[in-house]
Amino acid sequence: MKTMLLSAGFGLLLPTAAMAQTVEELPSPYPYSEPAWSPYLVGALIGVLVLVTLSLAGKRVGASSGYADAAGLIGRVIAPRHVTSLSYYRENKPMIGWSLVFVVGVIVGGFLAAWSGGELTGRFLQDMWVARFGADSYALRVVVALAGGGLMAFGARLAGGCTSGHGISGTLQLAVGSWVAVICFFVGGISTALLMYRG
Amino acid sequence: MEKWDVRSQDADSASADHWDWFEGSPGKLLGGAVCGVIFGFLLQKGGVAKFDVLVGVLLLEDFVVVKVMLSAIVVGMVGVYLLRRLGAIELQIKETKYGANIIGGLIFGVGFALLAYCPGTNAAAVGQGNYDALVGLLGLLAGSYVFALAYPFTSRTLSRWGNAGKITLPELFHVPTGAVVAVAVPLLVVVLVVLGVYAR
Repeated sequence: MKTMLLSAGFGLLLPTAAMAQTVEELPSPYPYSEPAWSPYLVGALIGVLVLVTLSLAGKRVGASSGYADAAGLIGRVIAPRHVTSLSYYRENKPMIGWSLVFVVGVIVGGFLAAWSGGELTGRFLQDMWVARFGADSYALRVVVALAGGGLMAFGARLAGGCTSGHGISGTLQLAVGSWVAVICFFVGGISTALLMYRG
Repeated sequence: MEKWDVRSQDADSASADHWDWFEGSPGKLLGGAVCGVIFGFLLQKGGVAKFDVLVGVLLLEDFVVVKVMLSAIVVGMVGVYLLRRLGAIELQIKETKYGANIIGGLIFGVGFALLAYCPGTNAAAVGQGNYDALVGLLGLLAGSYVFALAYPFTSRTLSRWGNAGKITLPELFHVPTGAVVAVAVPLLVVVLVVLGVYAR
């Protein structure tokens, strides 16, 4: 577990050091791809979905807690005594519940949408990453993605939600903490992205 | 709520044998899965499972993510207001903890830029075939477990800074909910129109 913490810490430094040698200028303006459906329509439908889950299930639409449950469930299989020794998992018992099946559903939904629209990528390095860090930057991408996912999950648990739970479900219920959190998501994200891609 | 010694907890919760594997009825789980499929489908069709589009919003160059989020917020905000007046729903919000919201939010943001997918869009990106999102998934699982390890510390420190309870903007500003909605919705619609005209 110490190595995990260390890798999360070094994850910030290592890629920065490696980037200094491999970065290329990103085209400006960058040719961003168009969404298949109108983003306004998609957003409105997500708003309706949040209302449906609130009224029928009494649940917020959120993704990050599903990962926490999954991590705890994996722990329950591999090292049950360790999981039960953690106060977090005693207070939030990791079970196959709404949050976890929701996230699994999102994977399936993402597949169905991409498959039906001929947008399945099947790629490890995405266009913009390749344009910036080169076509052979697999190791760098692994380190950055691991560090990113790790920090994001930690931050989401600390803040009490992610872009879905706070950013959409919480803000539209006018929760103060959700507005504070989503502003901080973007402050942290914009600063880091500008350093990574336009620095 | 102090948890100094994890071993001193009651014997009942000390064994995972007493924890169920499933939470909620099969029907409820099926409902959750269906809602997840719809959410993932919409995220991908809206283009927000794409690496470029997600980095683009953080570079303030592409605003598809903002359009999706604000449209959802406008529809949901009006809907929640009306459904609450009808007594059809209750608010499902978390406590406002300024310290944890701010510090956790900033950490989240750094991770978001590094991975380029947020937790929801990462799942949609996995389905879309972005293999780097599978690495992101491993990171998300590891980070969640690390948080569980750090919880005795954070719950005694960061999460106690600036606790305000389950407050909403109307309560914070001492104005009726209807007034906040009446100001916020037109404002957000104007932002959406401006983005539609001037931004891609």
